[in-house]
Amino acid sequence: MKEDILVQALNVRKYFPAGQRMMRGGGQAKVHAVDDVSIEVRARETLGLVGESGCGKSTLGRCIVRLHDLTGGTVSFEGRDISRLSRRQLRPLRREMQMVFQDPYASLNPRKRVGTIISDPLRIHRQGGRTQIRDRVAELVELVGLSTEHLNRYPHEFSGGQRQRIGVARALALHPKLIIADEPVSALDVSIRAQVINLLDDLQDELGLTYIFIAHDLGVVRHVSDRIAVMYLGKIVEISPADDLYAAPVHPYTEALLSAVPVPDPDLSERREQIVLEGDVPSPVEPPPGCRFAPRCRYATEICRSEEPPLIPRRGPEHPAACHHPLNGR
Amino acid sequence: MGEPLLEVRDLRVSFRTDDGLVQAVNGVSFEVSEGETLGIVGESGSGKSVTMMSVMRLITDPNARFDGSVIYKGRDLMKLSKKAIREVRGAEIAMIFQDPMTSLNPVYRVGWQIAEQIRAHEPVSAHAARARAVELLSAVGIPNPEHRVEDYPHQFSGGMRQRVMIALALSCSPSLLIADEPTTALDVTIQAQILRLIKKLREETGSAIVLITHDMGVVADIADRVAVMYAGRLVEQGTKREIFYDPQHPYTWGLLGSIAHLARPRPRRLTAIPGAPPSLLALPGGCAFADRCSSRFDRCAAEFPELISRDGAADGHLDACHLTPALKRERRTAALNGDRT
Repeated sequence: MKEDILVQALNVRKYFPAGQRMMRGGGQAKVHAVDDVSIEVRARETLGLVGESGCGKSTLGRCIVRLHDLTGGTVSFEGRDISRLSRRQLRPLRREMQMVFQDPYASLNPRKRVGTIISDPLRIHRQGGRTQIRDRVAELVELVGLSTEHLNRYPHEFSGGQRQRIGVARALALHPKLIIADEPVSALDVSIRAQVINLLDDLQDELGLTYIFIAHDLGVVRHVSDRIAVMYLGKIVEISPADDLYAAPVHPYTEALLSAVPVPDPDLSERREQIVLEGDVPSPVEPPPGCRFAPRCRYATEICRSEEPPLIPRRGPEHPAACHHPLNGR
Repeated sequence: MGEPLLEVRDLRVSFRTDDGLVQAVNGVSFEVSEGETLGIVGESGSGKSVTMMSVMRLITDPNARFDGSVIYKGRDLMKLSKKAIREVRGAEIAMIFQDPMTSLNPVYRVGWQIAEQIRAHEPVSAHAARARAVELLSAVGIPNPEHRVEDYPHQFSGGMRQRVMIALALSCSPSLLIADEPTTALDVTIQAQILRLIKKLREETGSAIVLITHDMGVVADIADRVAVMYAGRLVEQGTKREIFYDPQHPYTWGLLGSIAHLARPRPRRLTAIPGAPPSLLALPGGCAFADRCSSRFDRCAAEFPELISRDGAADGHLDACHLTPALKRERRTAALNGDRT
């Protein structure tokens, strides 16, 4: 049984020009933010994208909704290649794909009332007359757990959690199919975080949404996701069903990443053997040859430093990893 | 444990603002013994940073008002002169902040900054201070310390910069280290490195640590005792095991219940605490958490719950909730386990 595929990314590459100081031998140096990444997103699933800062998870998300132009590769949405469409051609597609951003303080215009913020997308895309728009906005604020009396207020009058609800309402205004949530809860306090996660969960059930959930908090990602893709230095190193990832990580980087997360349980925290990675992530301007994780990997051998491992099934077809020496698999 | 190294008694901090008086810290009392690690947890605005900044006398806002006492090794820090407190700071009590980029001076080489700190407190030559700086950088795990002392803060990565901050804090072998969200700005694998480093140095130097954090995982990893803050007050205090395995206050249940655990089967829903923290401009007369608490009853709004031991035993496990111990045990099970499939 093959589920419907909503988004298909094939060999996506996104390079950014690096600063002039990086110039070498006359050629312009490039930051390899996303380097040859292929992944599909299935309708109505939540795909989690995890990795540390600079791994390319946000860039990949933005490439998928074409907030970035691609350096190479293709992105298809509902079977249609959208990677070369012009801005104008993209406009109708913007209704289908929306984003929720990390910082609820920076992503809402402080000079606009909440009612205007939520109704702007409806007006821009000419979704009905005044009364229709007013009704839809009322429906939206209720959906995200706010009330219509909030509509005349400005963003600064709200707490972080409420602002994130406003951001979600705006994203939902045009009945999108896909929502890219880029660290939607990392700026929020723990108790508020759970409220917003539960809200996103409910909305998905109710509206049949597909999420790409980008975050660095593995606990949160595991909680919301059906499948999780782990990124390191511009590459996907492993894709796994959410529960299998923690139970049986295949890539050594995933193993180390999971092991680094502090366990909020004193007994468990004491008992476990923690893997602490040495050093920092290498520069994405000149990524190491072969496997990019090899310089920090405790299992690395000669082949890892010379040959790039392909992302292939290692623990059944649903659990591919890019490693020459896979753990918990073959 | 022996005599308390630090004893904070009924600390109150308020700020005069255009909108009225903000009660940031509202009668906080706790102790830190020699060599122990106390974790202070709470959400933004709960007063955890203001409490420790006040202990260090680092709040210079003319609109701030302080009451209560902070006894460190027998002296009340609140009564010390500016000169005397400066001698305590750095030499006796040192602090690490969340963001090492803003707490290091960008225009001086890191070696110079460490050496200057040493020379401010000890009569040593510039040469000797520099040699100590190299030793300290090496102790906190910075590769090539002889060369790195010549670098500026921006030449270090985030994790390395936090190591420099730790070297700076340890330069005068303080008896007490205050770490305010020391790993919050770092990636998890780097956080693991820094926490391991702090634990190793704690073993070697025996300093006491007050760790301010919102991450229960970090607390479980590193603290001996835990104090939970809410709206400027301590609502619960106890050993790490008491807080995690026998939590008494509904707010603590909420904090523990809202964690998305990696190592446990996932619940269908996370237990969220409804609503938001109260405004510090107009704190309710009774329990500040009552509005968000599903176990509240008449007494909660009427009477302020003191932070005391309620289960009869004269131990250090204190909480500020009117519910009886039996009722607490009954109610918390649901709150902690959430909704499991």
